[in-house]
Amino acid sequence: MRLHEYQAKRLFDEAGISTPKSTLASSVEEAVEAAESIGYPVAIKAQVHVGGRGKAGGIELTDTAEEAREAAEDIIGMELKGYTVDRVLVEAAVDFINELYVGVTMDRGAGKPVAMVSTKGGVNIEEVAENDPDAIAREHVDPASGLHPYQARKAVYDAGVDRAVAGDVAAILSTLYDLWDETDGSDAEINPVMITDEGEVVAADAVFNVDDDALFRQSEIAQLEGETSGDDLEAMAGEYGFDYVRLDGNVGIIGNGAGLVMTTLDLVDYYGGAPANFLDIGGGAKAGRVRNALEIVFADDNVDAVVFNIFGGITRGDEVARGINDALEAFDEIPNPVTVRLAGTNSEEGMEILNTDLVTVEETLEAAVQRSVADAEEVAQ
Amino acid sequence: MSILVDENTRVIVQGITGGEGKFHAEQMIEYGTNVVAGAVPGKGGQEVHGVPVYDTVDRAARAEDADASVVFVPPAFAADALFEALDAPLDVVVAITEGIPTQDVSEVYEQLRRTDTRLIGPNCPGIITPGEAKLGILPGNIFTDGDVGLVSRSGTLTYQIVDSLTQRGIGQTTAIGIGGDPIIGTDFIDALELYEADPDTKAVVMCGEIGGEDEEDAARYIAEYMDTPVVGFIAGRTAPPGKRMGHAGAIVSGSGTGTAASKINALESAGVPVGDTPSVVADHVENIL
Repeated sequence: MRLHEYQAKRLFDEAGISTPKSTLASSVEEAVEAAESIGYPVAIKAQVHVGGRGKAGGIELTDTAEEAREAAEDIIGMELKGYTVDRVLVEAAVDFINELYVGVTMDRGAGKPVAMVSTKGGVNIEEVAENDPDAIAREHVDPASGLHPYQARKAVYDAGVDRAVAGDVAAILSTLYDLWDETDGSDAEINPVMITDEGEVVAADAVFNVDDDALFRQSEIAQLEGETSGDDLEAMAGEYGFDYVRLDGNVGIIGNGAGLVMTTLDLVDYYGGAPANFLDIGGGAKAGRVRNALEIVFADDNVDAVVFNIFGGITRGDEVARGINDALEAFDEIPNPVTVRLAGTNSEEGMEILNTDLVTVEETLEAAVQRSVADAEEVAQ
Repeated sequence: MSILVDENTRVIVQGITGGEGKFHAEQMIEYGTNVVAGAVPGKGGQEVHGVPVYDTVDRAARAEDADASVVFVPPAFAADALFEALDAPLDVVVAITEGIPTQDVSEVYEQLRRTDTRLIGPNCPGIITPGEAKLGILPGNIFTDGDVGLVSRSGTLTYQIVDSLTQRGIGQTTAIGIGGDPIIGTDFIDALELYEADPDTKAVVMCGEIGGEDEEDAARYIAEYMDTPVVGFIAGRTAPPGKRMGHAGAIVSGSGTGTAASKINALESAGVPVGDTPSVVADHVENIL
């Protein structure tokens, strides 16, 4: 779960990491009122998570009420890479002399958490990691004992942080690690940490993602209104509990198991088609889930043909076949041609059940994908 | 011959009284796996499919001389179940459970390093040595005994590849699904090392997918240390960056690490042919054998 900047900053405030004075606003009037009360200059910041939010016009710096009004009018309601901005954070602009990066994440290769500090703050840290990896000081952490204070100091000194603020920055890293640990964080990032000319250390931006698998024990965070997909179909798939990713091709794909569905997408591409989506119905899916999956794929206007690829382990071919029949029999006219390939558990029963007036049945994965790619081409013409 | 599990492996099922545990314990027994005990807190003294249940893994292991376990415990309690299995201690622990919080897995992983136990998973279909034993949820009927070792991050993709091999009459020594999570107990290199040491494994099929750098690391290992030929397959060529493709670990990062292209290049540079489709993988294996 990806928290909004304002939510992450509330977590920071509660944990004792200082952030600039700010107010959340969902209308132009509220934004202006907040700006007046905070005092200029203020930044008006769109509350959506897209890379390069500033460059895309989602952040404006204002010095007067008039500018604040114009900025709020520009930003509230704007589309940023598919997301509609419905709220802005009105925040005191910090006069800084230096910007740092501080972050905590799980290093999957090492299997343990890693705490990071860099003096190259305020820029895309992934680019720094790629082009100048030594500019990021890293400390791996034993998850059972947590980040030792000496490790926080070591990271800060190794990164070359100004000695005058080193203690404060180490304290921020320690606090961020503890917060990450307590709230089942996956990624936590303050980029930039701003150093003011008075030597204050302030978290000017905030990224905080929480492990979805841990939300069952993070009830306060689970209640927060997280970032939802701006895509209607992805939101609908989320409600049904499917792993679904929308792409821009015209061959709809439904399968079971992430690796097999990815492989089906790749084969569509390999045979000259373009996948419209990734949809994994998961293990052990019953007829109802199969119907829901078809509903989502048919609802995508780009889709011209659909391929079902099921290899049953705990999923049973006869259940899937019943779901496909039920879903298709409900239509007077089937929206797109459907090709089905069933293998594994109860696949023979499934193939017998399938209504071949409504679907094309293929024996192999390769044949099913080729058929569907050809269908999509024909429909598209 | 095989790796890690065979007809002599004595298996505990942790969570044998739950729906999944009960169903798959029966499937494992039907396959011929030597399931000797169940372990469920508070359910000691019961029997499931004729298998005695104990309150703790320690008791089950001592009473039945067990050396392996399969874990079907729900995510909230799974890490505790894994610590218990490591403490017994057991030689092989297979964690089927999907959705264990990553920080929990990280703590288990830290403890794992201090033991000699081989953990497979979590979030994996398990391991099978055809005709001898299966620990997990793999459909036993599609596997046949043979010369090829298989290691894969994905369950159903494993079945697809096995199916393509079976159509050519090619069987397996052992097949392992290592799991699709960001942190897993057994990675590609661990499995490749075991296959390399197994004289009966004449070739290895390695099925990777986008995300992380395990496949790249494996490619370096193959180039340097392996004599047994390896054939590769990588899922996720068409995956866009920043989108999680089902598995928690299957994501191409914003900076472009973890792409299929990088993995395919690494494998091909290590002399590993990578099949564009599952049947091309089978072609490569057929050529080698």
